[in-house]
Amino acid sequence: MASQSDPHGSAFSAAELEFLAEDEMVEIVPNIRMDPLNLISGDFGPFRPQIATQVPLWLAVALKKRGKCTIRLPDWMSVEKLTQVLEAERDSARDFQPLPFHYVEIARLLFDHARDDIPDIYMVRSLIEDIKDVRFHKIGTGLEIISERTYAVKLLNLSAMEVNIVRPFVAKALETFYKLDSPEMIQDAERRPDARTQAPDRGPRRPLRPR
Amino acid sequence: MASSAGEGSGSGLVDTDDYESLISTTDAELLKQAWRNEKAAPEILRFEASLVQRSREQIQLMEETIEEYSKNGVDALTVSLYQMDLDRTMFLLRSYLRTRLQKIEKYAFHIQKTSELWNLLSKPEQTFAIRCTDDMGQLFEQSVLSKLPDRYKSHLKQSVISEEDDMVPEAHLDSFVICRCKRFLGAFQLDETGVEKPVDLEADDLYALRYKSIKPLVESGQVDLV
Repeated sequence: MASQSDPHGSAFSAAELEFLAEDEMVEIVPNIRMDPLNLISGDFGPFRPQIATQVPLWLAVALKKRGKCTIRLPDWMSVEKLTQVLEAERDSARDFQPLPFHYVEIARLLFDHARDDIPDIYMVRSLIEDIKDVRFHKIGTGLEIISERTYAVKLLNLSAMEVNIVRPFVAKALETFYKLDSPEMIQDAERRPDARTQAPDRGPRRPLRPR
Repeated sequence: MASSAGEGSGSGLVDTDDYESLISTTDAELLKQAWRNEKAAPEILRFEASLVQRSREQIQLMEETIEEYSKNGVDALTVSLYQMDLDRTMFLLRSYLRTRLQKIEKYAFHIQKTSELWNLLSKPEQTFAIRCTDDMGQLFEQSVLSKLPDRYKSHLKQSVISEEDDMVPEAHLDSFVICRCKRFLGAFQLDETGVEKPVDLEADDLYALRYKSIKPLVESGQVDLV
């Protein structure tokens, strides 16, 4: 059984994110005949040979492992689309391209379990890796905008994995700025001038707001 | 003026949306969202009593179905797929309950003395919380407090001169969370003081916000934590 993540670090563990990604829908082409499945998570099927149908990724992977279907590569994972996305990611220093919320996990699951259904797998894989790298770099530089006046950060088009990775830093940074900005903190600092010595590496000190 | 008009039409929207989400959202989806919210929120949320009840019933029904299938010689593949679906639902339910227990354990003293929080717990969770606080109180007493001078014998206060219980850990509502709006919520005031400019909360966008400022939206289900 998957272990629980610590609720106060990153909210979700990688395994839990993968679990969530497994509920994303993909198209499969079964090679068997099977009645519809009436599952708790929904009704899927019926399954007929050569007739495409939509199922959650976990179901697709389970059938694939037993050699009962082929998985159709999602549109956004074609070499053509990914090349476009990568170019657009490189062109803009700030904006992120819309990709499925779980693109990292979906791509990994498909690489692991359906490699023979992916044409040009090496190309696709390296494109995904490149996109991931470019995006992570942008996130890194993008985080520099957080300052003492930041009460909210909009994370347009970030994916689940990316959100999860920046969460501890972003949350802590925003919280620290929020605390430093609160009136009690400013009074405290005035009352105890030696408080400064406790945080020598806080960077340039911000002028206190006139009261 | 604009805001009051917005609210009026907004509440109308809520009703239709709630109705639509009621008929279109499966319990599996609801349970997943309850789990995500519970995991991402710093404090304990309301126990989803009826959802948990329904999920339990579905799990039981599915267990019976699987047993019946395997007896009646339905092919092994179908049975194993049903079993996987069942396992996934059970994982969600268990992880949901366990996440709550972790929070209860952590903030047991605070939850117990705050009636708004106490009422968010299910009956078994309340029993758990009581046992938690009893055991922790006893442990502190035996291992440390009984050996301290009289003034420092409380496990809730630093010393007798403390005016309030200042040794009780509680959830940090000022911590920031990442959330997604289910639909356009318009300009939203993040700061009680009104000093800050309102932020436009748009559907499907992600925001990092202070939990306290969006707490009502989480409780009413208008934003999801991720």
